[in-house]
Amino acid sequence: MSVAVRLPAILRPSAGGEATVQAEGATVGEVFDDLVAKHPGLKDQLLTPEGDLHRHLNVFLNDDDIRYLGKLDAKVAETDTLTLMPAVAGG
Amino acid sequence: MPTTAASPFPTLTLAASVHAEMVAACLAGYPLEACGLLGGHPDGESALATACYPAPNVAASSRVYTVEPRAMLRADRAAEDAGLSVLGVWHSHTHTDAYPSPTDIGQAPDPDWWYVLVSLRDVEPVVRAYRIRDGAVVERPIALQ
Repeated sequence: MSVAVRLPAILRPSAGGEATVQAEGATVGEVFDDLVAKHPGLKDQLLTPEGDLHRHLNVFLNDDDIRYLGKLDAKVAETDTLTLMPAVAGG
Repeated sequence: MPTTAASPFPTLTLAASVHAEMVAACLAGYPLEACGLLGGHPDGESALATACYPAPNVAASSRVYTVEPRAMLRADRAAEDAGLSVLGVWHSHTHTDAYPSPTDIGQAPDPDWWYVLVSLRDVEPVVRAYRIRDGAVVERPIALQ
């Protein structure tokens, strides 16, 4: 199934400049795999070399943080929207 | 789109209400660091901030801050609904200068963002704005509108 993925400005240059892109998958991980296949420049910004979610990235499935939904195993539906946001922190 | 002040130098123009809300949130958060986001209109290397989105500091610390992720999501949606862009982040330094710490520099998420520091070290709050790109910090003037 295809879901909408909203990208923060910092990631848009790696996805053709688009603010929202479509990607296929039944889980967040599958959606990310499809996203990276279509936009390889996103890979290092989304995932660690071990394939885990990058800690500097927050991902929301609609209104919910996927860290509380099973992370990359969280299931997605056709009408869902994934929103990617930078984690903002400092000292 | 609104334009910023006539300064020939890259400038962050803050609506007076944004400046007031940001400083008030920093004072209210003391002795912990307070944080939030700015919404507005980028204008080349300058910008006009017309919206302030205070956010919980989930680190609950006087030394570090982490913008609560869902507050970030709400701010992003509010900005989009208002036709604004998220311009950057602000936070307080409760005991040090209004200058980015090594942690701020190392964790700056976006080279196109503005980084606003509010120091509460002295009697009067001090507000300064920066760009942080590839680890290099450049201060830019703030104008009030």
